[in-house]
Amino acid sequence: MSNQAQILPGTLDLLILKAVSLGPLHGYGVLLRIGQISEQALLIEQGALYPALFRLVHQGLLKADWGVSENNRRAKFYELTAAGRKRLREETDGWNRLATAIASALAAQPEEV
Amino acid sequence: MRFLPRFFRRSEIEDEMEAELRSHIQYRADDLERSGLSRAEAERHARIEFGGRERYREECRESFAGNFIEILMQDVRFSLRVLSKSPGFAAAAIVTLALAIGANAVVFGLLDGLILRPLNVPRTESLYAIGNPNNTLGQSYPDYLDLRDRNRSFDGLAGFKFGQAGLDTGDNPLPSWLFEVTGNYFDVLGVKPYLGRFFHSADEHGPNSAPYVVLSWAYWHSRFADDRAIIGRVVRLNKHPFTVLGVAPPSFHGTILFVFPDFYVPIVNAQQVDGTEAFNDRQSRWLFMVVGHLKPGVALPQAVADLNSIGSWLAKTYPKEHGPTRYTLARPGLYGDFFRGPIEAFLTGLMLLAGLILLAACANLGSLFAARAADRSREIAVRLALGSARSRILRQLLTEGMLISLAGGAAGLWLSSTLLSQLSVWQPMPRTPIQVPVSPDASIYGIALVLALVSGFLFSMAPVRQVLRVDPYQIVKAGASGGAGRITLRDVLLVAQIAICAVLVTSSMVAVRGLIHSLHSNFGFEPRDATLVETDLGYGGYRGEAVPPMQKRLIDSVEKMPGVTSVALLDWLPLQGGFARGSLVFREDATDLRRSSAAAEPGIFSVSPGYFHTAETTLLEGRDFNWHDDATSPRVAVVNRTFARKVFGSAAGVVGRHYRMADGTRVQVAGVVEDGKYAFLTEDPQEVMFFPLLQSPSAGTNLVVRSSRDPGQLAAALRNTVRDLDSGLPVLIEPWTEALDIALFPSRVATVALGILALMGAMLSVTGIFGMAAYSVSRRLKELGIRMALGAQSTEVLRAALGRAVRLLVLGSAAGLLLGVLATRVLAHLVYQANPRDPLVLAGAVVALTLIGLVATWIPAQRALSLDPLTLLREE
Repeated sequence: MSNQAQILPGTLDLLILKAVSLGPLHGYGVLLRIGQISEQALLIEQGALYPALFRLVHQGLLKADWGVSENNRRAKFYELTAAGRKRLREETDGWNRLATAIASALAAQPEEV
Repeated sequence: MRFLPRFFRRSEIEDEMEAELRSHIQYRADDLERSGLSRAEAERHARIEFGGRERYREECRESFAGNFIEILMQDVRFSLRVLSKSPGFAAAAIVTLALAIGANAVVFGLLDGLILRPLNVPRTESLYAIGNPNNTLGQSYPDYLDLRDRNRSFDGLAGFKFGQAGLDTGDNPLPSWLFEVTGNYFDVLGVKPYLGRFFHSADEHGPNSAPYVVLSWAYWHSRFADDRAIIGRVVRLNKHPFTVLGVAPPSFHGTILFVFPDFYVPIVNAQQVDGTEAFNDRQSRWLFMVVGHLKPGVALPQAVADLNSIGSWLAKTYPKEHGPTRYTLARPGLYGDFFRGPIEAFLTGLMLLAGLILLAACANLGSLFAARAADRSREIAVRLALGSARSRILRQLLTEGMLISLAGGAAGLWLSSTLLSQLSVWQPMPRTPIQVPVSPDASIYGIALVLALVSGFLFSMAPVRQVLRVDPYQIVKAGASGGAGRITLRDVLLVAQIAICAVLVTSSMVAVRGLIHSLHSNFGFEPRDATLVETDLGYGGYRGEAVPPMQKRLIDSVEKMPGVTSVALLDWLPLQGGFARGSLVFREDATDLRRSSAAAEPGIFSVSPGYFHTAETTLLEGRDFNWHDDATSPRVAVVNRTFARKVFGSAAGVVGRHYRMADGTRVQVAGVVEDGKYAFLTEDPQEVMFFPLLQSPSAGTNLVVRSSRDPGQLAAALRNTVRDLDSGLPVLIEPWTEALDIALFPSRVATVALGILALMGAMLSVTGIFGMAAYSVSRRLKELGIRMALGAQSTEVLRAALGRAVRLLVLGSAAGLLLGVLATRVLAHLVYQANPRDPLVLAGAVVALTLIGLVATWIPAQRALSLDPLTLLREE
């Protein structure tokens, strides 16, 4: 477990948007995809996923449709909307800026001050 | 309204959510199965891994906007369940609130009807009456004409006065109330007829030239049963033919808010209605009020200046009749400030009282709620421990409070609108056209709703601090506990409430006792078993010389009726709230006949021979009148004891002595009768003189009839006898006791009002004590349990549990009783023979307060006694 990081509050939505942007997914698929793209480094509580999905649907960033998966199970598939795509871009930029800023802050050496 | 469709699709969404979560677990189980677990094992694992499904579902729900309604519905369902488990609590709370909110809504209804709502005429904001500097609004007819024709500020000025007349529509003539109005009255006000047409200024051509009647809608409805064919018919007003022109709209009832005239006739016909002939007298201000709409753009000061310039012109032109004349402008509805002042003061007082009652109710319900929250601290702690948010718990408590307050508000609204609609048809004084202009309408519903919501919020917020302070671990581990408190604000409030309640209970009992007394007291006449035939010969068109012979004929015919044992006539009934006539009297040797040297100012009654015998007034000395005491014989009078004492210095030996009237006439005392009550029941002994009918004629005609016959039969026979004499003379036939209603009116109103207030006070005290006792029992459950386990007797337990509540109760009651005895001295002015030191009253008040205490502490006491220390100690 030590190589798994707790996700920061507020980043779950971003991760979900990213995962879904790579192709329509059902809820469990979102979990798997996040695990896969973060190389199993990010741990998401299974139950916590659904409130986030509902929230994103409600905000109009995702749209959901019932479909049948490859193994013939009925599931609800999530897809990015245009607004969702836009939000993903903005949040990615924001995150990158923050990450860079924090990284450079943490890398600061005494002589640079 | 986006949440509405969601709300209705609620179960659909729930199903979908359920399906999705199920599908998630299936997928996870598929994966786990692939890693080697059996299917059943895999599904079990998947479910465990998923965690608190309910919690996530809840969170999912919360991510919807429609969620508010759903949580609300949940809370409502839960609250209903909780409340249905303690129906006593719910009922007490709802009844308390219903009374408190109802009281406020009624007071608001009165305020709305009397103060806030103006007269129901078009452009009412520009309608003003012309006032005199002394706060009266009366004007003389010639002055009115000058004001009307010379002003430049009004769109027109109209005047009116009250009148009473007999209206005969062919059968059953009745006395009725009317407005005598100037021809332009309806045009000036801007009122349009509901039916037919109105009369106009053009219809006036001098005295008695416009014999027209415009009916009020209510009178048309009740007397003519909405008969449209009435328009154009000729009716007889005091025997004079008048044509019915039209019907006024339902919303219009004249220009005084609380007066509801039956119909309107042109003022030029005033002589036919009530003999008014002073059309040219500038000193007789018999026009009750002059009203008109200000012209658009004319400001008040401008209009007053305009009127005052007419005033100075009047003073210059008619120096004999007019002093310096200044005018003011006043609102007509409540007769300027004449009635507005007292009514506003009265209603403000009531409003304050009602507000206090509601506040006290909220405080009491607040402590009840706090007691319940304390009882439920374990439940709340468990819910907190299981992850419920404090806000969620508060929300649910608030929902509970709101449910109660809305139910209370609805009940209160029902109470108040019932009461208000009763009030609106109530005639406080029989035979006067006075009504309370209230109508339960939307604004009252609004007020009740707002009050319900506000008070619900207030009292359900009482336990907030408690809930926020709850530490689930401590409570689940150790149980709730509370120390014995100091004297708190709540205690003081409670004592005050109980004291006020005691005052009200005492006063209302005093009032009831006084009322019962006054029904059986000595009025100086005996109203029981006597029937009255009331009329005014003016209603039959009799004037002057024609009056006495007709009165004699009436007496003679009634006397001849079978079964009638005695009959007599008096011109004005006693105990109708005043004297019809009064006069200054002087000692025989007085030469200076001015007010300052008068010996007394007695009231005057004109009576027929045999009156004292028929009325059963004791004749102490001298003789009754006979029919020879007429205009040609020397003036005589029968006086009462107070008169004799005041004018002659002693009640005995005055027969045969003389006194003088204000015009110098010498009057000889023929007899002395006992004192009675003449104007009001609560009056001090009044001096009164009785004159023989033929020496002091009056058109007022009230026959007192005693008979051995059944009152119902007698009334019918009397009606026939009068009709045989004059079929157009309206009469009212009733038992004399009923005619006294007006005298008992203040006592009745005071009794009813005090009764209602006492009931509310009792209700508040009960909930107050109940809340406090219940709270103290539930806070100290554990302590009580330990005491019981250690062998405490039930009396000791009760003392520990309820001692404080009972001490407060006794303190409050004692203070209240003391105050009540003092307060009822004030009551003695309103209610005849109100005696605060009546032992029956004191005993009654003590019993009532004990009952209140018993009722309020019964349930908490039962609870304290039925404690099972074993269960309690195990649980807590």
